[in-house]
Amino acid sequence: MSTEAPETPRQRTGGMRTEAKVLLGLGLFFGAMMVVYWYWGHENAGSVMMFAGMCLCFLPGGYFLFWSRRMKVRPEDQKSATQAEGAGVIGTFPGSSIWPFTLGMGAFFVVLALVFGVWFLIPGLGLVAWAAFGGTAEGRRGGSH
Amino acid sequence: MTDVLAPPVVAPPEDLVAGHDHEEPHGPTGILKWMTSTDHKVIGMSYTVTSVIMMVIGGAFAEVIRAQLWTPDNKLVSLAQFNELFTMHGSVMIYLFAGPFAFAALANIIVPIQIGAPDMAFPRLNALSYWLYLTGSITLLSGFFVSGGAANFGWVAYAPLSNSINTPGAGADLWIGGLLLTGFSAIFTGVNITATVFYLRAPGMTMFRMPIFTWNLLVTAILILLAFPVLTAGLIMLYCDRHFGTHIFSVAGGGVPVLWQHIFWFWGHPEVYILALPFFGMVTEIIAVFSRKPVFGYKGMVFATLTIGALSLGVWAHHMFTTGVVLLPFFSIMSLLIAVPTGIKMFNWIGTMWRGQIWFSTAMLMAVGFLVTFLIGGLTGIYLASPPLDFFTHDTYFVVAHFHSIVMALVMGAMGGLYYWGPKITGYMLNETIGKIQFWFLFIGTQIFTLPMYLLGLRGMPRRVGIYPLHTSWQYLNQVSSVGALLVGISTIAFIVNVAYSWKKYPAGDNPWDAHTLEWFTTSPPPHHNFYRLPQIRSERPTWDYNHPGHSAAEHGHHHEQHEEVSVP
Repeated sequence: MSTEAPETPRQRTGGMRTEAKVLLGLGLFFGAMMVVYWYWGHENAGSVMMFAGMCLCFLPGGYFLFWSRRMKVRPEDQKSATQAEGAGVIGTFPGSSIWPFTLGMGAFFVVLALVFGVWFLIPGLGLVAWAAFGGTAEGRRGGSH
Repeated sequence: MTDVLAPPVVAPPEDLVAGHDHEEPHGPTGILKWMTSTDHKVIGMSYTVTSVIMMVIGGAFAEVIRAQLWTPDNKLVSLAQFNELFTMHGSVMIYLFAGPFAFAALANIIVPIQIGAPDMAFPRLNALSYWLYLTGSITLLSGFFVSGGAANFGWVAYAPLSNSINTPGAGADLWIGGLLLTGFSAIFTGVNITATVFYLRAPGMTMFRMPIFTWNLLVTAILILLAFPVLTAGLIMLYCDRHFGTHIFSVAGGGVPVLWQHIFWFWGHPEVYILALPFFGMVTEIIAVFSRKPVFGYKGMVFATLTIGALSLGVWAHHMFTTGVVLLPFFSIMSLLIAVPTGIKMFNWIGTMWRGQIWFSTAMLMAVGFLVTFLIGGLTGIYLASPPLDFFTHDTYFVVAHFHSIVMALVMGAMGGLYYWGPKITGYMLNETIGKIQFWFLFIGTQIFTLPMYLLGLRGMPRRVGIYPLHTSWQYLNQVSSVGALLVGISTIAFIVNVAYSWKKYPAGDNPWDAHTLEWFTTSPPPHHNFYRLPQIRSERPTWDYNHPGHSAAEHGHHHEQHEEVSVP
């Protein structure tokens, strides 16, 4: 175990700051690019798509920035964190589930309805609905191991 | 569902195998296990196998195309069949092989393990991604079995060629439907990777300690989220134009055909980096491990990746220079700028190898082959970013040669990734001798098949033609190119032979390469939920730090000269 590395001082705030910076940085760049492109080229489609790209970065990026000032620093944001600090439940993970397969087959039939006729929607939407109920119920009662 | 507890620090595995959180699931077995598994390693393996099968199918189409072009007026396939073949070759390779292999096959298996996570953030969504990918692939390929044949408008489906008058029939609709399914599959994978990287890292694994492969996959995932919804929306518009009488892409009803090109390439160019960045990441890991050095310029690599991601949204219309309605200087400048971060990466790869103790395993050969081939493709890309040169070479074989240099480099990266991570995923090594034979066939074959295409393009041969005028130099160059394609095909066969020959023959051990990152800390193959134990993470290569305690763990390769002799086989 390498412990000779100088321990960095413990942070108190600023968890998820890098995550926020990555997204906000990309969003700012897309925004600047959009402004240049719009004033130079007056082309609608591309400007709208770049604007949407900017928004898509600002939305989660702003959310992370908002929380980075308020949340406790997570062990994964802390350079000198030990594994013991991460002890406890990470999350709840399903061992196996049939519902993604059911939902996938439902989506498959819905798409085949685009090509071969509307009647494919009956098994398609049926499977999608079945998977939606089944998957939700599985999540509620804790699901299969 | 199981509450997954964090693995403790370096406790012996025996103490924990009995713990309920690391039990293998008592779930179904056999085919039902494959259908119901939400384990990212099982899903990643399904992705890997399916996408390699797609590569073989797309490669078979390519061999038929090259056989057709052997003589100027060949009758091997009809011209209608030729249109289907090049359309489906491009579609299968881009949508069904390169993309899914890049961001959902090895990435699905490796990214969570590299950051010390027990699984992807949304395991059931991950499984859904795979089923949408598989059914989308089946949908796309089933075009060959309907009357009228598969889609035949090129893999870019330009309007108005793709409308219901010019391309009637179910094949085109199956193409649209298949891409809708695979598109959603990609979006869900993008969500999953982003959430996993942001929320499931192990303690001490700060963003700037993540392996470069994981960083590249994060940027890839963000690009997927930016780009794929645009394609999906475009496909729905195209479908409405074909069937519901809208006129979004037809002049007749007041629409704008070139809008399709804007939408398609607004997805299509980020897609190029969605394909490339994961392989950049793989190659970075391979070169660092097999040069026995940390990655040179870690932060530079990360910023180069982010810069490529940022610029990739502003270059789409360099595919549309000859339409005459795009802002040439803007797109030319942006496209040329992408050469800067890519160049930084190139120099960092060379810097990583510089004065390293290089071990030329198959994975390393593939990575070096990637560098050479990607350099050829990248430099010719700089020519194409210049409008005057693009006007001259647009829709000629020069463009075909350019992007085949790029994608063949990516294939080498993919093969390098399989040789590097295969032992971790399966627990068994692949045969190195057959691997090296495969590499030389692949590398030499690639150059023989792409270099004549550059010359063909400069001599004016257009792309997507099944017959060409009797023209001695064209025929000669096409034949050289076809020989090269055959060599590449032989290399694929060598890979399949290698997998069969090495099947469960050479046990790998946990860390056969003396590698750097967390996936090499766990067992091969990793257990359910990945880790029995975790080391302290104090740099971007925790496994190396753990195995070489004499070295001070310093971040980002700020090590002093390393003199330790490493004993490797």
